[in-house]
Amino acid sequence: MPEPARSRLARAFIARPGRGQLVVAVLLASLGFAAALQIRLTNTDGDFSGQRRQDLVALLDSLSSATDRTESRIDELEEARDELLTSSQRRQAALEQGRSELDVLAILSGTVAATGPGITVTVTDPDGSVLAASMLNGIEELRDAGAEAIEVNDQVRVVASTSFTEGAADQIVVDDVTLLPPYVIDAIGSPQTLSEAMVFPGGFSDEVEELGGAVSVEQLDVVRVDSLHKVEEPEYSQPTDR
Amino acid sequence: MIAVVGLLLGILAGLLLEPAVPEPLQPYLPIAVVAALDAVFGGLRAFLDGIFDDKVFVVSFVSNVLIAALIVYLGDQLGVGGQLSTGVIVVLGIRIFSNVAAIRRHLFHA
Repeated sequence: MPEPARSRLARAFIARPGRGQLVVAVLLASLGFAAALQIRLTNTDGDFSGQRRQDLVALLDSLSSATDRTESRIDELEEARDELLTSSQRRQAALEQGRSELDVLAILSGTVAATGPGITVTVTDPDGSVLAASMLNGIEELRDAGAEAIEVNDQVRVVASTSFTEGAADQIVVDDVTLLPPYVIDAIGSPQTLSEAMVFPGGFSDEVEELGGAVSVEQLDVVRVDSLHKVEEPEYSQPTDR
Repeated sequence: MIAVVGLLLGILAGLLLEPAVPEPLQPYLPIAVVAALDAVFGGLRAFLDGIFDDKVFVVSFVSNVLIAALIVYLGDQLGVGGQLSTGVIVVLGIRIFSNVAAIRRHLFHA
């Protein structure tokens, strides 16, 4: 008659451990080790360790399509950003061009003071025989030589609409301002070119000397043109598109 | 007695050492654990029946683990790893239940 199971179990607990028990202990230890490991892995490894390959593949697919969508959205946004950037750069460039054009036009129309290298032409006229026509010739020579800003006697800025006329006693009247000799013309431009335009044979200087006056030209590194021309709103002319 | 001590030692080592499981072995570890559990309950039942043999126990333990892992590996290669591992778990679960029932009859005569 075989021994009852319960007493066999109790005896095994009390008995001196033999080789068989040792082997069983080693195997059980490895089982416990693996089980504890697996439990820890399942608890700590996030949501994916227990899942099968197919589920993971499906998950990966959905994630990668989401990534694709997001990346194409990023591309779109980057394109839009580049477009905005170039348009704002273009606007910046247009603005700078406009500003420099504004400077050019302001100097041309005489609404701002200007400074730069140039010449000072002093015309002495003891006999009062130098007339507006001669003055205008001199101004034209200066313009032809590339003078960018011109003023006369520190009083009148010479611009496109400036008029040269003669007053009752043959004085020179420029833009309704009566000038008295000696006439001093300040011109901004290349000093060399401007002074040559004044003194070339048969030019302004010779013309004035024939009339009994004298012309002296001084080349300066800095000439200031401080007098301003008042711009009036055009009454008749209107700008067109071209 | 020393067997129970071994089991506790193994659990403690697994909890405390926290070794990293190699990536390719990860899918087979749970199956291997269930297979080993089946072998252990089978061994306990054999012990209570009075026919326990440590050689048989070692062989059944190792072969259980290896075969379970092999089946799951094969299933993964064939693309039916999920279904096969479920099948292995079900079979091992049934065996564990029947072994536990036999052990219960031995210990409680019910």
